[in-house]
Amino acid sequence: MSGTVASFDLIVIGAGIIGASCADEASARGMRVAIVEPGPIGGGATAAAMGHLVAMDDDPAELALAKYSLHHWEAFADLREAEFSRCGTLWVARNDNELAAAATRVARLNAAGVEARVVDATTLYELEPALVPGLAGGLLVPREAVVYPPRVANHQVKRAQSHGTQLYAGRRVLSLQRGGAQLDDGTRLSGPVLVATGCALPALLPMLPMRGRKGHLVITDRYPGLVRHQLLELGYADSAHGDADSSVAFNVQPRPTGQILIGSSREFSATDAAASPAMVQRMLERSFAFVPKLRELQAVRIWTGFRPTTPDGRPYLGAVPGASDQWVAAGHEGLGVTTALGSAKLMIDLIQGRQPAIDPAPYSPERMAA
Amino acid sequence: MPDRYDVLVVGAGPAGLAAAQTAAAHGARVGLLDAQPRPGGQVWRHDVRHQAPRAAREAIAKLQGVDVLASHSVVAVESSALRVETAEGGRLISYGSLILATGARELLLPFPGWTLPGITGAGGLQALTKQGWPVAGKRVVIAGSGPLLLAAADTLRKHGAQVLGIYEQAPAASVHAFARQLRHWPARALQAIGLRVRLAGVPYRFGSFVRRAQGSDSVQRVDIDTPTGTQTVECDLLAVGYGLVPNTELAQLLGCAMDYLGPHPHVGVDRLLRTSMGGVYAAGEAGGIGGLAVARLEGAMAAHIATGHSVAAHALAPQRDRERRFGALLARHFALDPRLHALGDDSTMVCRCEDVTLGDLNGFTDARAAKLATRCGMGACQGRICGTALAELGRFPRSGARPPIFPARLATLAGLTTLPSDDAYRGS
Repeated sequence: MSGTVASFDLIVIGAGIIGASCADEASARGMRVAIVEPGPIGGGATAAAMGHLVAMDDDPAELALAKYSLHHWEAFADLREAEFSRCGTLWVARNDNELAAAATRVARLNAAGVEARVVDATTLYELEPALVPGLAGGLLVPREAVVYPPRVANHQVKRAQSHGTQLYAGRRVLSLQRGGAQLDDGTRLSGPVLVATGCALPALLPMLPMRGRKGHLVITDRYPGLVRHQLLELGYADSAHGDADSSVAFNVQPRPTGQILIGSSREFSATDAAASPAMVQRMLERSFAFVPKLRELQAVRIWTGFRPTTPDGRPYLGAVPGASDQWVAAGHEGLGVTTALGSAKLMIDLIQGRQPAIDPAPYSPERMAA
Repeated sequence: MPDRYDVLVVGAGPAGLAAAQTAAAHGARVGLLDAQPRPGGQVWRHDVRHQAPRAAREAIAKLQGVDVLASHSVVAVESSALRVETAEGGRLISYGSLILATGARELLLPFPGWTLPGITGAGGLQALTKQGWPVAGKRVVIAGSGPLLLAAADTLRKHGAQVLGIYEQAPAASVHAFARQLRHWPARALQAIGLRVRLAGVPYRFGSFVRRAQGSDSVQRVDIDTPTGTQTVECDLLAVGYGLVPNTELAQLLGCAMDYLGPHPHVGVDRLLRTSMGGVYAAGEAGGIGGLAVARLEGAMAAHIATGHSVAAHALAPQRDRERRFGALLARHFALDPRLHALGDDSTMVCRCEDVTLGDLNGFTDARAAKLATRCGMGACQGRICGTALAELGRFPRSGARPPIFPARLATLAGLTTLPSDDAYRGS
């Protein structure tokens, strides 16, 4: 292969959920696509993710992207590989103040076209009998779902391949060059590049700041029916979007297998992928405070992952500042799975010179060039 | 019970018993952890009906001054401490030195029908039998490889099972060559002769392996490939194990470097049993399959080193080296027939936890990629069975260990020392 040159309409670098979605979208539109991935497909943040498809309403731009993306996730609802489960999201209010704030959020979600409603305490316990007594109520988003992200990414790459996409598996991009990319086996790919390497972005695009924000997840043995909705505390956004160096939030998901996935933690300064007993303990204590029965369940596995996080929390979606024919789609923090499909459509629209369905300005990497 | 020991030993088999006793004799404060309710490990597992071998009784009797922490399952590692789980709750036990005597488990290989009820490992059925699982009158086929098959047959006979035959995959020439070498190890020769006498009348066939098991609700008959053709045997139980692989999960979580002999890892140690992590030692099967004599010697050696008695450790090294050669001899003469790698077909289950077949894994060359796409190895056994089998079959090496080492209550992982007694937490 050394020295060979292959030419494409688009070279996608990275086969996480973002790169896989972009390759899938581009090839579906008839572009000749290459996708380069040194590790397993969907093996980075995609593999570590919970796979919760959720609209967060605290940033209007993020909500617009999520809403746009959630609409396209419906096409995966009957796909076996996606393991799509429409469990709905139930945000839990500990007190009347939180319940009052839930009403504001319902209004924002409804205004964006997302079905959502406040539920009182009686309804809350009908929906989720395992919740600790004494909660005030909640916010139910009934149409939200969970998927299994690495299999989705695999499916997208396979589908892209069936549309002619060339997968460079086990290959790493050494450098971006004018009009292409150089692989570690000497192959040169020529064409516009789209960098979707998540936390690894600085290796190719050092001018775009990116930090890995570590998270822990614990999965249990099978306890079907114990929890029925993806459960989060209404204070979750404070953990997710706050700047604290480390934080935990109650975030529990019923998997279609009957297993229960327990999150979530966020740490900026941790760079070691090993599970931290102290963070696991904090996170689990938080979950016990909402679902005491969890204490006695059997855990089968703990893992960690790193969320690609930009300084302002919004992803980079657009042209690389100061470069031509270089594009970037990375930095989705904890919402990469939710917003992957919308991000891909927006990106390919931009690359093809079309007007995207939502305003791309809030995500433009130009904001870092200022 | 204190929560800190000078020397903490994990595993109360022959290596761990020797380590605990030796360290205590040097005056160290010693804790001996084991997930089982009684010491003895696998080879000296307590038998509900029959007395343990004299060596086992003596080793257990010599544990004065040792805190025997039975029914303590190690689930995670923390800084110079192990997170353990008991029936009552969780504990964090810290240590000055840690001796890993985590032993070995059986290698199981998938073949058509191997997941039928009534089919276990050879050592697995032996353990169940010792625990009182009724086998009296049952027709049992024992198959696989290595001396463990004979030990299993002996236990089963003692408990009244009808052992129809022992089917060893190694060819007759290889087993006979091994037997001739036994003259260099007279104690082993006597042991082997004793076993053969007790197993008089039980057919012991070489170059033979189970190709397929069939039955409706449980195993009813097995097809056995022999050098003279295929024979079908009607049976109630099939016990099949292809030798042993070291238990290295705890060592891996501690960050100890691994060595490989073939496809399976063992804990890398120097001549004095020091792992790559300071203050952590490995004795016995965890450092490579060597058998009972190696385990007892290495347990003592590791304890000598861990307590600063290196002269005593060095003194045992030559004898240990000699016994390790016996282990190497076993490995050579009972090497697995490559035909065993092809027993399963695409429809044969390999990951029982997640219902993944061999065919589902076609095209994967990496355990993690396979796991992400198929869930293979994601279940409660953490890939101990399927991951090890797939490594043996040459598909891909098993992925690294992840906590918890064994499924553990969330309360334990949260550092809770006791479970709440409040029934509100138990619910319906």
